Amino acid sequence: MKIIVCVKQVPNTTEIKIDPVTNTLKRDGVPSIINPDDKTAIDVALQLKEKHGAQVCVLSMGPAQAENALREALAMGADEAYLLTDRAFAGSDTLATSTIIAAAIKKLGADVVLCGRQAIDGDTAQVGPQIAEHLGVPQITYAAAIDYDEESQALIVKRQFEDRVQTLQVKGKCLITVLSTLCKPRYMNVWDIVNQDEKEVGKITFADIEVNPADIGLKGSPTKVKSTATKQFDKTIETLELDAESAAKAIVDALKQRHLI
Amino acid sequence: MAQNIWVFCEQRDGEIQSVALELLGVAKELATKTGEKVGAILLGHKIKDKAQDLIAYGADEVHVVDDKELACFLTEPYAQATAQLAKQYQPSVILFGATSIGRDLAPRLSARLKTGLTADCTKLENDENGNLFMTRPAFGGNLFATIICPDHRPQMSTVRPGVMKKCEPDYNRKGEVVEEKIEWDKSKFGVTVIEEIKNDDSCDIDGKIEDAKILVSCGRGVKDVAPAKELACKVKGAVAASRALVDVGVMDHSRQVGQTGKTVRPQAYLAFGISGAIQHLAGMEESEFIVAVNTDKSAPIFKVANLGIVADAAAVIKNLNKLL
Ligand SMILES: Cc1cc2nc3c(=O)[nH]c(=O)nc-3n(C[C@H](O)[C@H](O)[C@H](O)COP(=O)(O)OP(=O)(O)OC[C@H]3O[C@@H](n4cnc5c(N)ncnc54)[C@H](O)[C@@H]3O)c2cc1C
Ligand SMILES: Cc1cc2nc3c(=O)[nH]c(=O)nc-3n(C[C@H](O)[C@H](O)[C@H](O)COP(=O)(O)OP(=O)(O)OC[C@H]3O[C@@H](n4cnc5c(N)ncnc54)[C@H](O)[C@@H]3O)c2cc1C
Repeated sequence: MKIIVCVKQVPNTTEIKIDPVTNTLKRDGVPSIINPDDKTAIDVALQLKEKHGAQVCVLSMGPAQAENALREALAMGADEAYLLTDRAFAGSDTLATSTIIAAAIKKLGADVVLCGRQAIDGDTAQVGPQIAEHLGVPQITYAAAIDYDEESQALIVKRQFEDRVQTLQVKGKCLITVLSTLCKPRYMNVWDIVNQDEKEVGKITFADIEVNPADIGLKGSPTKVKSTATKQFDKTIETLELDAESAAKAIVDALKQRHLI
Repeated sequence: MAQNIWVFCEQRDGEIQSVALELLGVAKELATKTGEKVGAILLGHKIKDKAQDLIAYGADEVHVVDDKELACFLTEPYAQATAQLAKQYQPSVILFGATSIGRDLAPRLSARLKTGLTADCTKLENDENGNLFMTRPAFGGNLFATIICPDHRPQMSTVRPGVMKKCEPDYNRKGEVVEEKIEWDKSKFGVTVIEEIKNDDSCDIDGKIEDAKILVSCGRGVKDVAPAKELACKVKGAVAASRALVDVGVMDHSRQVGQTGKTVRPQAYLAFGISGAIQHLAGMEESEFIVAVNTDKSAPIFKVANLGIVADAAAVIKNLNKLL
């Protein structure tokens, strides 16, 4: 079984603050990390390898520095790593991104593709299902558990909904998107940290894959970001002296307004 | 030319989901501006009779596919049905709820229809020419982006539940119900359901405090934590505490918020009887919305609270439990 894990390098958004003066995101000094769901996906792939034998390959699209994320994945135990990088890819929305990644997966060949459910920067959770469509393989999103049944040669996946869990079976090629709650990803291992230095991160560029230039990058992206604004902090600080009943009503109203209850 | 604003009307076990009705509400507003119709797609098994509800909530036409292949949600049959209808009728917009179903189906479909998709929108507006302006949070909610899809149709988006407003239902409204037949390509289904188990609704107040959407947090000013636990259950949140309650053994250390506890960032942090020592604030001041209840008007917690109330914590909790 050959597994490709799609890994995105992202800024650690929990450390992003808003500059109160310029009202822009303060990204300087914010560390880059492997997207948390993707890190779990790497672990899942390594578990499948340990239990059933598999070749685990990690693939990332991004600028040169995304190699760091791939090196970390190698240090966790991945066998191979590829960086998809080209100026022609810049400005891609999810449809264009998935077109590029799917083309690279076709070139590398895979039985199972694992993605994170969602990247913590773009936050769309769209790239996984779109890759699956381009590859023409079934998808299972929101995976909370993944197992391989040797007898039926099928993956058994628990798929999480808000109100239920489905246990699904899929035979043959497929793409699964993984929730970070599935397992706690392992740390890098000393042996693999040393070894990854000797491993090469393969580079894949526009020239190496079969894509129509009209389908990628900014011009191949049907969606455009028209404008952005930073979150307006709700700074209204009110301190009210209320009897208990009115206090309870005020709290319920505030939570309802924010659609929290 | 692409025409009409469509809503994918999600149902589960034959029950129309609230988000579908909210989307019909916003679709109606958008359609009024452009003079288009509101179309609803209703997919499932034994769900035909729900079409009237969708009309009452704003649909002008309902495309129903009532088929046993659609009894359980599975991506491929739902994608085939929606894609076939979209290709046949060419809507200008398709809206989905940003649920675990909508966010699975919509991206698959957008790639099939080769069009753009905007994720998890919290605001939708349009111009007379039918261009949608879709606003959505990104970067963990720190940034709001307005997205357009100028040259591709349909324009697609998933919309966060609870954000748009439903119309008052009008059961005298007239609309058309069209029963549709789908040409299945079963060779593509690929995935089979072994089992589907509904969550039991019992609450998870002992869930991890880092994951809770709402935290009911108690300090030394709360003498009895049982009503606070009941409240946490009612708001589907979890309970947390200041160190004062952890030190005396009332709450487990895993529930402590602060410098020597956990850092939390829930959508609402309800602090009852907590003074707001700097070590406590360090663990919760990034919360989206902070409510503080304390009998001492000068308690420092009020400096970070969005809504501060000077009152007895136990009495407020009791009233909250009555209201909810
Ligand atoms: C503010 C803002 C808003 C945006 N809104 C939209 C929008 O509504 N619609 C839209 O189509 N585009 C949008 N984009 C563009 C989008 O963020 C990029 O296309 C991005 O590269 C992929 O989307 P994501 O980060 O949401 O990934 P997700 O779809 O959330 O990622 C899911 C999984 O796909 C895999 N994956 C994603 N990207 C990569 C990668 N580069 N390399 C390897 N694996 C990857 C990972 O496994 C990841 O966990 C927006 C961009 C910005 C800056
Ligand atoms: C190194 C260090 C690390 C620490 N780490 C943490 C930490 O991680 N987390 C943490 O929480 N603390 C921490 N502390 C302790 C912190 O300094 C405070 O002592 C603690 O947070 C106080 O808890 P409290 O607010 O519940 O109690 P108190 O400070 O005693 O406050 C109780 C509050 O309840 C109010 N009150 C009383 N009766 C009522 C009533 N009937 N209704 C409503 N309000 C009422 C009072 O007006 C008062 O404001 C740390 C301290 C040190 C020195």
